[in-house]
Amino acid sequence: MVGQAMNAREEILARVRAHRPSAPVTVPRDYLPDVAGIDVVEVLVDRLVDYKAGVHRASAASLAEVLGALVASSATVVVPPGLPPEWFTGPVVRDSADAPVSVGTLDAAGVTVVTGCAVAIAATGTLILDAAPDQGRRVLSLVPDHHVCVVWTDQIAGGVPAALARLADPSRPLTLISGPSATSDIELNRVEGVHGPRRLDVVIATR
Amino acid sequence: MNGTGNIVALKPFPDAARLELDDAQLRTNLRRATHTIRDKRLRVVGEVDDWEQLRLSGAAIKDDVLARLPELLERFEEAATKAGAVVHWARDSAEACEIVTALVKETAAREVVKVKSMATQEIGLNEALEAAGIAATETDLAELIVQLAEDTPSHILVPAIHYNRSQIREIFLSKMPGVTRGLTDEPRALAEAARKHLRAKFLTATVGISGANFAIADTGTLVVVESEGNGRMCLTLPQTLISVVGIEKILPDFSSLDVFLQLLPRSSTGERMNPYTSMWTGVTPGDGPQTTHIVLIDNGRTATLSDEVGRQALRCIRCSACLNVCPVYERVGGHAYGSVYPGPIGAILSPQMTGDGANKTLPYASTLCGACFDACPVRINIPEVLVHLRQKGPKSRAEHAAFASISWIMRDRRRYAAALRAARRGSAPLRGRGPLRRLPWPASAWTVSRDLPLPPKESFREWWAKR
Repeated sequence: MVGQAMNAREEILARVRAHRPSAPVTVPRDYLPDVAGIDVVEVLVDRLVDYKAGVHRASAASLAEVLGALVASSATVVVPPGLPPEWFTGPVVRDSADAPVSVGTLDAAGVTVVTGCAVAIAATGTLILDAAPDQGRRVLSLVPDHHVCVVWTDQIAGGVPAALARLADPSRPLTLISGPSATSDIELNRVEGVHGPRRLDVVIATR
Repeated sequence: MNGTGNIVALKPFPDAARLELDDAQLRTNLRRATHTIRDKRLRVVGEVDDWEQLRLSGAAIKDDVLARLPELLERFEEAATKAGAVVHWARDSAEACEIVTALVKETAAREVVKVKSMATQEIGLNEALEAAGIAATETDLAELIVQLAEDTPSHILVPAIHYNRSQIREIFLSKMPGVTRGLTDEPRALAEAARKHLRAKFLTATVGISGANFAIADTGTLVVVESEGNGRMCLTLPQTLISVVGIEKILPDFSSLDVFLQLLPRSSTGERMNPYTSMWTGVTPGDGPQTTHIVLIDNGRTATLSDEVGRQALRCIRCSACLNVCPVYERVGGHAYGSVYPGPIGAILSPQMTGDGANKTLPYASTLCGACFDACPVRINIPEVLVHLRQKGPKSRAEHAAFASISWIMRDRRRYAAALRAARRGSAPLRGRGPLRRLPWPASAWTVSRDLPLPPKESFREWWAKR
């Protein structure tokens, strides 16, 4: 098996070497490094609303209150290991490496997960999660039916290139989220709510 | 070496197309769907000021990858291995299926969940797994519809595009366990039924199988772009993840995604961004699958690389924009192309990946109108490659003889004028009846799908000479 795999590798590489174009290619990079001249908060809100996500505003002082209202009807609130404790006054289930929350718990009815994010992209209405301590494992923002994501205004970039450049380490598990789960598979009309969280609330907070 | 698998047409395109054209419902469904997505695409592409610059960068990044492919593949393998993934190589579909089947068997799993993937469709993985007693469940809604209907995909992005909502309801009613007659044909209700059907499978699956939209050489990262979250489920919950990736999916570095994460969603679903994109690098302790395999496949890609004109087809990022704007695809649908890659891109990709079967007829499945080139986010000049493949393709002895004599006549002005005179004299009795629609054999080879215009009473040169 290993011997055969090695052969395939060498054979494919030899064929690529024999057939590849000989001339080196210069890659033009004349595209815009960022979407300039926009109010990133306003554009992000517009895109999120278009995706049918809930959008809420908060200040550092009112964040706990806004989050509290969003999870008021939830049976369980799950948070990643590094979510600041002062964001919640009520009881929360905190995920940790020593005591990871089970998939069954996350899948139960009425579970809300609250996370932060690494970067947001205004032009495309995208939240990027990079598994930092305030976002946690990927499964946390996937299995529960309700995801609340806190975005600080200074985390919002204009366009895709500017946002990707801000990521600390691209080899961490990355999840880009643009609105609640959706499908366009039936007559190419977008329907929100398939396998991922069917409800996405975004809290845009000013420090 | 030729590619194999579900990319070899069994019937010549004209024969397959004739059958599909009999289905009026199919044409209605396709017209509606392709026009919806066309309009959406135009709207979201129109709001990007630097779209053309992005296209130029996208095309050049892909060309650069092809020029440096051996180095980049080795770099990808090294980085992915260092990050904890196991990299395998497969020359063709049989070898790829063998590797994946053996990997699944090692885990003792009898069931796997699948992310929608063109590469696994191409190599016929589901069939291979089934033969080994392993049930593969497609989890993308459209793929699930096609799988339940025991049909084959007819579109790269929306494999069930040939079904409308009430047909999908019928399929769910007869094939999906637990569905009752109360199910309506509302897209929301149908999506909800799929969610319920797949939920338990996601939560208990131990092996996930995916493709990848991009593979980053610098870091060994794989990228999957999707909508529903079924991809995230398959990429996150199982203990073992096996990804089947074509060797042309390599991108040099993370910053290349600047370009492709803008080009792909707007071109494919006509959205500013698709709902979910997942990126993972090898294994992350405590987060996601703890065993990850990557199977790099050739399956005809190096054969395609050897053609200086045709190799641009390897830039393809499988967005399907060319299908949605193609007047031929809109009428015949995807099945007529006999390959998992239908439409304009399929007409140049399938015959280059494998010369087998009826694939040699595919370069003729086009009007050469050029709409596909305009829509392509990586500027694949599909009409150019179609014409090139037609020129390279096999020709009958009669065609060679006919064109040799036409060439002989047209090389000399006197011979040409004489031939025109003869044609006018010969066709004089038929004049006034418009173009000829049906001629006896062998001229019927021309008139079966085209009109034959008659020469006018006098040529321009004759008219000019009289003045």
